[in-house]
Amino acid sequence: MIGLHHYLIVSLILFLLGLFCVLTRRNAIGILMGVELVLNSANINYLAFARYSSGGYDGQIFAIFVIMLAAAEAVIGLAIVLGMYQTFQTIDVDAADSLRG
Amino acid sequence: MSAPSLSDLVFFLIAGLTVVSAGGVAFSRNIVYSAFSLMGTFLGVAGLYIFLAADFIALVQVLLYVGGILVLLLFAVMLTHRIGDIRISNRAVGSLPALAAIAVVGAVMAKAVTSAEWHAAEVKPPGPTAAHIGNLFLTDYLLPFELASVVLLSALIGAVVLSRKELRD
Repeated sequence: MIGLHHYLIVSLILFLLGLFCVLTRRNAIGILMGVELVLNSANINYLAFARYSSGGYDGQIFAIFVIMLAAAEAVIGLAIVLGMYQTFQTIDVDAADSLRG
Repeated sequence: MSAPSLSDLVFFLIAGLTVVSAGGVAFSRNIVYSAFSLMGTFLGVAGLYIFLAADFIALVQVLLYVGGILVLLLFAVMLTHRIGDIRISNRAVGSLPALAAIAVVGAVMAKAVTSAEWHAAEVKPPGPTAAHIGNLFLTDYLLPFELASVVLLSALIGAVVLSRKELRD
């Protein structure tokens, strides 16, 4: 029987992979992909707790807000990436060190 | 230990698809492969949402993530990269410290997941959820709902301003 723990473990693995992606990637788009993985794992947690632990619909509402904010974040992030590409001709985050003292 | 039922097998299939393609996102050496693995992850997560009796959210996930965010990511990849150059396209540095960090975080969180006594509610049979979600949006969650539209509008304007070259110069 599938229970709450199965979902929590799947979402834990997704979170760790997303964290690994964010920590190791030097490509700004790769980092954004890692952030999307982390947000998806948080959403799985919201829905799993909404089904098995609270029984209401509030978790689903929060999942929709997370998806909405993820869309806004992706749009702004990619606009910044494009601006960075026009300025530095690369999207390697190590190259953008103009503010380094 | 009884034999797993069909729905359990389908769950493990979908969870495996999700995890394997997320691994593809995290470890692939080519950013385009990462983007396409991300599609498998999003679809697998949508399948998990259906298992969690959240049909409306699964639909939103497919429409918004697969149809929106993923296409946007692919556009950004195409616009900014010499796709053929694998060496620079998805370079990963510091893998060992990052592995150590996620091992520590993962051990702590796995301990928390397995040892906590989660509150258990009565699991209702799955049913349509869109009407309940719509009612909640227009009653209890009206203010966040309206604020969300303001956030989306400002993100829209911000993206246009950020990506227009002549305005930044």
